[in-house]
Amino acid sequence: MATVTFNGATRFYPNTDRPAVAGLDLEIADGELLVLVGPSGSGKSTALRMLAGLEPLDGGQICIGDRDVSTVRPRDRDIAMVFQNYALYPNLTVAENMGFALKQQKVPKDVRREKVEEAAGILDLVPFLDRKPKNLSGGQRQRVAMGRAIVRSPQVFLMDEPLSNLDAKLRVQTRTELAELQERLGVTTVYVTHDQVEAMTMGHRVAVLKDGVLQQCDTPQNLYHHPQNEFVAGFIGSPAMNLVAITPDGAPALAGVELNLGTADVDQTEPITVGFRPESARIGSTGIPGVVRTVEDLGSEVFVHVVVEHQGASKPLVVKTKPPFEAKLGDQVHIDLDGPMHVFDAAGARTATTEAALR
Amino acid sequence: MSGHETHVVGERRWVDGVLGVVAWLVGALYFFPILWMLVNSFKTELEANGPPSIAFSPTAERYSEVVESSSGVLSFTEAFRNSGLVTVASTIVVLLLAIPAAYALTIYPVKKWRDVLFFFISTKFLPLVASVLPLWILARELNLLNTRLVLVILYTAMNLPLAVWMLRSFFQEVPKELIEAAEIDGASLLGQLRSVILPIALPGIAATALLCLIFAWNEYFFAVQLNAADGQTVPIWVAANVSTRGNFIAKLSAASVLASLPVVIAGWLAQKRMIRGLAMGAIK
Repeated sequence: MATVTFNGATRFYPNTDRPAVAGLDLEIADGELLVLVGPSGSGKSTALRMLAGLEPLDGGQICIGDRDVSTVRPRDRDIAMVFQNYALYPNLTVAENMGFALKQQKVPKDVRREKVEEAAGILDLVPFLDRKPKNLSGGQRQRVAMGRAIVRSPQVFLMDEPLSNLDAKLRVQTRTELAELQERLGVTTVYVTHDQVEAMTMGHRVAVLKDGVLQQCDTPQNLYHHPQNEFVAGFIGSPAMNLVAITPDGAPALAGVELNLGTADVDQTEPITVGFRPESARIGSTGIPGVVRTVEDLGSEVFVHVVVEHQGASKPLVVKTKPPFEAKLGDQVHIDLDGPMHVFDAAGARTATTEAALR
Repeated sequence: MSGHETHVVGERRWVDGVLGVVAWLVGALYFFPILWMLVNSFKTELEANGPPSIAFSPTAERYSEVVESSSGVLSFTEAFRNSGLVTVASTIVVLLLAIPAAYALTIYPVKKWRDVLFFFISTKFLPLVASVLPLWILARELNLLNTRLVLVILYTAMNLPLAVWMLRSFFQEVPKELIEAAEIDGASLLGQLRSVILPIALPGIAATALLCLIFAWNEYFFAVQLNAADGQTVPIWVAANVSTRGNFIAKLSAASVLASLPVVIAGWLAQKRMIRGLAMGAIK
């Protein structure tokens, strides 16, 4: 077990001008589960592969513990990786798959078997030890891939979207099991996903990447409540935060209704973007006028999509409300705001967060 | 089988029928010489040289004649043994060289890997006739003329480019993640090759080996130029029957059947593997 440090780690893919990962600085504590999240092409998988040694570094360094592993071969890094498609050896049985790394380390057969059986016990794989991967279900294959990693007791676990090939229900269940297992083993883990729910529920901390650049690395709560910039604000949370661009035209207003930005020091000559989450808004009798477009009733909560006229264009907003909620398409409603509102400057950085209220 | 027949949508039934008949006709045309050879090999010389007929009492005498006779320098069995040795030895050497080469070109390709591949295949562009004189002189100077070794070397060189090309395409079908997983799991290059790539690419390797075996077994030109005497292979032996003797069609047929047999048997045995191997790129 060890810490992991990315120190200005940079990777250019051949024949590209823009780095896939640009000067990544990250410190991952011993035993921590850090999630790398971002849209496709954000460099999250590349960053993980750099840590694995499967992608070379074009700048900076990566340390596992006190050891600079930047130029160390993958097989000498003492890491274990779970691949998205599991990458199980099709010609080997479950037991052989799980014991493969130990066999490479020349661990005696009886010790190997003991460790494989122990891991199989943890993962409920004992009845399947003699099967080939093709005779397993998706969930079982995923567990074998996990088993192959834990049998080794490595310094670091690397997981590249390990749940994305499972169906929705199994994914939620496995998510919890995986987090518990990591907690129990206490092995430093770097986990890549594009699913922000997975990131929020599993990560001790979550690092959000965009275009190879780290946007913010913080606890899930801080990412949600104190996003450092517009991208993080829009990326974290489902449905996404309502982000409205306001071009300077007197006092800041949303769909003609003046906003109370409280103590926020807003330059009224610069364009800004304001953001508020669906739960910070409610359907009321006063406030911003709009027209109902869709109502998503999930049973426990209802998301109402409302279109407002803002600075000469139609702007869709989402409001979260409690059931029962009845509205028809085209109904005239008003949106009132009573939660935090973030203000982002023209460059996208958050400049203020206020208690939102309409003036 | 009765009841409904499945037809491709929009296809007309009579077109199917006509195409089927044409296919069978062409197939029969291709197969006829082989059938003729097979039939003749069971006739007496008199029957074989007379008007074509299928009314005859089959005899295996020609086969025993072939096996016992020594038309040229060697007996048929000796030539057969030579062929087997040269074919198997060259194929083993080809695989030993081509597997690491194809692996390197697939997994850790050099920058100019396209040029490397082109170079391999370009060695097959030159007409064989143009290379035979230098090869003959080299062989003479190295005291390799009329040895089996010279054929092993030449057949290895002849089949190597093809084997590298084929194996490379098979190795490319091995999912990259598997190799990465093995690398992370601590397997050495040789370990990755042995425990991950070879088992998965086995059908492809079998297909490659089979083609090399067949090409080496059937090779005539180099054999006749560099090794027509002591190290005679089966094709030379069969051809020697034509040129030195009179009209022994039945015996020649029997010899030809025997010469074809190993290839046919190997092809039959490896059929499934080979088709799977050759189709590896198409189906997952």
